[in-house]
Amino acid sequence: MEFNEEQLQRYSRHIILPEVGGKGQKKIFESKVFIAGAGGLGCPVGYYLTAAGVGTIALMDNDAVELSNLQRQIAHSVKTLGINKADSAKKTFEALNPDVNVIPVKERLTNKNILELIKDYDVVVDGTDNFPTRYLINDACVMLKKPLVSGAILRFEGQVTTILPGDGPCYRCLFESPPPPGLVPSCQEAGVLGVLPGVIGALQATEVLKLILGKGKPLKGELLIYDALRTNFRKVKIPKNPDCPICGENPTIKELIDYTQEYCAI
Amino acid sequence: MAQKGETKIDKKINIKGAVCPYTLVKSKLAIEELSVGQVLEILLDYPEAAESIPKAMLNYGHTVLKAEKINPTDWVIQIRKEVED
Repeated sequence: MEFNEEQLQRYSRHIILPEVGGKGQKKIFESKVFIAGAGGLGCPVGYYLTAAGVGTIALMDNDAVELSNLQRQIAHSVKTLGINKADSAKKTFEALNPDVNVIPVKERLTNKNILELIKDYDVVVDGTDNFPTRYLINDACVMLKKPLVSGAILRFEGQVTTILPGDGPCYRCLFESPPPPGLVPSCQEAGVLGVLPGVIGALQATEVLKLILGKGKPLKGELLIYDALRTNFRKVKIPKNPDCPICGENPTIKELIDYTQEYCAI
Repeated sequence: MAQKGETKIDKKINIKGAVCPYTLVKSKLAIEELSVGQVLEILLDYPEAAESIPKAMLNYGHTVLKAEKINPTDWVIQIRKEVED
């Protein structure tokens, strides 16, 4: 494809970067990213990927925008209170960049629908807020060998890692199974600094663009931990677990597990 | 046919009227279309770009063969592509 005059202007700061250029910008146009969750993380990830010109962005969320979201979920506004978050964010993203095809997916991820939903995408971003979905996304990405950029936030601390199935550890290599329900508090119970998902989401969006461009070193085999109170970034190595139940040599998980029942019972 | 001592030009672009950073954007896109060893000739009239484009092309790893003012308003810059993008 040729760039039109508007695209030359819009993407000029990308095109002049040696690591991007016209060729890299075309890769970004042709890429398809699936973002699970249009909340604190999904908003900035989707916003920056939209600005970057990612061709197709699926944004999955089944909740409606509430006033308590607006302290951190920057794609929503008082004008979209009560409407589905994926629809709300789509409006915001399209106003930023009409080149991008934003597909709202108004569903909850389950072990029945996830493989079908993510199979056509190049990269999956986890911006969800609960362990059942986090493990479900990890397992589905391992099964489909999809790159996954995972992020998590709580209070003043956030984490990011990139999972490249077959080429490094997965989330279960780090934590083999979800913590017991109620052990780790949610943001609803423990709070979160509103800007924290902005930092973590921007890091996730950066990882996605690096994967699309094939430039730099992905954040694989490492968990990046950001401590906002101390302004400290540290990386913890995650060894690949040969006995990992999903990506190890003899995987015991052969079908996707739905943990929501035991969690929702609490 | 290139005469003896003359550089063979593989692609020419005329970006007169373009200002920074579009002078560089257009030059960068043009050089991406060439193979290593081929030469791009740029005709431009934005004075700042006459200085910044050769510097940027050196930074990309290419060779500046020529950067000359050819009349009171225009410059010609010749770049040989040295590295893949």
